[in-house]
Amino acid sequence: MIQSQLPILIIVMPLLMALVIFLLGHKNEGLCFYLHVLGMAGLFAAALGILDQVVTSGTAIHYYLGGWPAPYGIELVIDHLNSMVIAMVAAVTLLVAFYSRQTVPAEVPMRTEHEKVPLRVRNYYVLYNLLVAGLLGLTATGDAFNLYVLLEIATLSTYGLLALGRGRAYYATFKYLIMGTIGASFYLLGVGYLFIMTGSLNMADLFTLLDTAFMQQSMSITIAFAMILVGVWVKMAFFPFHGWLPNAYTVASTTSSCLIAPLMTKVSVYVMIRLMFSVFSAQYVFEILGWQKIVVPMAAAAILFGSISALGQKNLKRMLTYIVVAEVGYMVGGAWLGNVNGYTGAVYHILADGMMTLCVFMAIGAVSYKTGDASLESMRGIFRKMPVTSVVFLVGAFAMIGIPPTCGFFSKWYLVTGAYEAGQWLFLGALLASSLINAIIFFRIIETGYFPDFNKAHGHGHHTDKTVVAEAPLSMLVPMVITASSLVLIGLFSKDIINNLIRHSVPPGLF
Amino acid sequence: MADFIQALLGHYNNWAFILLLMIGFYAMIAKNNLIKKVIGMSIFQTAIILFYVSMAVKKNSTIPILDHGHGAVEHAIDVAAYASPLPHVLMLTAIVVGVATLGVALAIIQKIHRTYDTIEEDEIMEIIAQ
Repeated sequence: MIQSQLPILIIVMPLLMALVIFLLGHKNEGLCFYLHVLGMAGLFAAALGILDQVVTSGTAIHYYLGGWPAPYGIELVIDHLNSMVIAMVAAVTLLVAFYSRQTVPAEVPMRTEHEKVPLRVRNYYVLYNLLVAGLLGLTATGDAFNLYVLLEIATLSTYGLLALGRGRAYYATFKYLIMGTIGASFYLLGVGYLFIMTGSLNMADLFTLLDTAFMQQSMSITIAFAMILVGVWVKMAFFPFHGWLPNAYTVASTTSSCLIAPLMTKVSVYVMIRLMFSVFSAQYVFEILGWQKIVVPMAAAAILFGSISALGQKNLKRMLTYIVVAEVGYMVGGAWLGNVNGYTGAVYHILADGMMTLCVFMAIGAVSYKTGDASLESMRGIFRKMPVTSVVFLVGAFAMIGIPPTCGFFSKWYLVTGAYEAGQWLFLGALLASSLINAIIFFRIIETGYFPDFNKAHGHGHHTDKTVVAEAPLSMLVPMVITASSLVLIGLFSKDIINNLIRHSVPPGLF
Repeated sequence: MADFIQALLGHYNNWAFILLLMIGFYAMIAKNNLIKKVIGMSIFQTAIILFYVSMAVKKNSTIPILDHGHGAVEHAIDVAAYASPLPHVLMLTAIVVGVATLGVALAIIQKIHRTYDTIEEDEIMEIIAQ
């Protein structure tokens, strides 16, 4: 009974949880965390249930809201592709929920400068739940307009969560708000043109209606596709539209950046892949339009720009945000290569990159929680002070560079193979160059972390052997260790993930 | 030439919405005052609402309500006589989204004003650069 309702439960549960936390947390702030973890754990169980259903049945789950049949009512469609993304989102939100126990009360800003009254922890968790509801909803939906609404629910909660940061957070969030609104509006315009031409909003229905010679030659459909693409590119911070991301994510609080950096961009990439192949078709995108000649070099530019900018950053969190920009280039490029290996690499990288971004952001968050800032200097001697955190960071760094057996290696392997098959040499070169630059970036940090206060010890002329272990609290360590081990596990079981999930979702028309 | 004029006048609703869209876009990108940016954002979103609503217009059609009550099943329903309600319904949702965005934007501007004591972008940049 409950199994058949799981697709809607993953959206309704966090929405209800937002309300429950809002009401029950009114008297007791301490209760919020437990309620929140409970909700997220239930959500994760539901996501695993969906994943299990899809893998065992081998077909997509169709859920009709209110029992209205497909093209008329709103439909939730969960197939091999988005069941994996849903599981990733649920896993990240659960891990960050544990992680947030100490960080949220520590980071909730004062209401005003003079009164020093902290804002409610409750409100933070309410926004958190709304964000999760939006993200899972837009992943599960099979309706183009519904996707817009849920995308805006997710983004509006993101504005709230990011604005709770320090210093420039308000201004950076405002710029994100303007850019995000432009992105969403372009998407809405594109959907409008699709609706004019076809009279439908259901993705599967659109796919059939667009599969005619008339539609494929139509200028309106081309414009609709272009507008939708620009819209999601702004949302995912694809290279020329990336301006808002580094500022907004750097000044955000630790919990917010741990939550939003792995999810928002990855889910937007999923949306792009879904629209490219489930609304339009591989044949339309690659053969009739043939825009991969422009988009793949753009992705290569994104990778190079992101990596090179990351190289120049002093602040570690800011450096990671530029790596996020580069990783978006990996996925967009992979999806646009137009072959099975590129597609596999892009989709696998959604999962892998979600987890490894979470891993490094959590580790840097733990360092800044203990030392108070996130500069390269704060990492000095970190291997002695925070051994567990450093190992977690090391695993995350290896995944980012792409050292086997971490998951980063396998996604790069498929992307490189796909780029070779498609003859996209620029993209291939950018992938390899980015791995090298990542290696330079992370080994510089690891080097700083491994050698203790070298200069200082020499300067004072005596060996200060103070190995004070000041590790982050357990509520942060446990999710960090789980995330780091998941990076290795996703890598080791990459064959199973690809054969059982991704290969089944390969759209027709890719070779 | 006649075709061109036909295209120009035949789609006048499109020209109106594109003009509004561009006015809003210009304000969002080029204006220095944050409130003016938000006003631009509102115009931008309203232009899209206009676009959706104008595409639902159908000459000599009526609202999609059957006026015969329960006995309506006996009459054949002439679909062509009714306008599609869907774009209007979609825009109700889009208006709600727009209002929510506007609310968040104004709240953030209020916070910016409390922090920097100004809502002019160049002045904020000066304070940040210090």
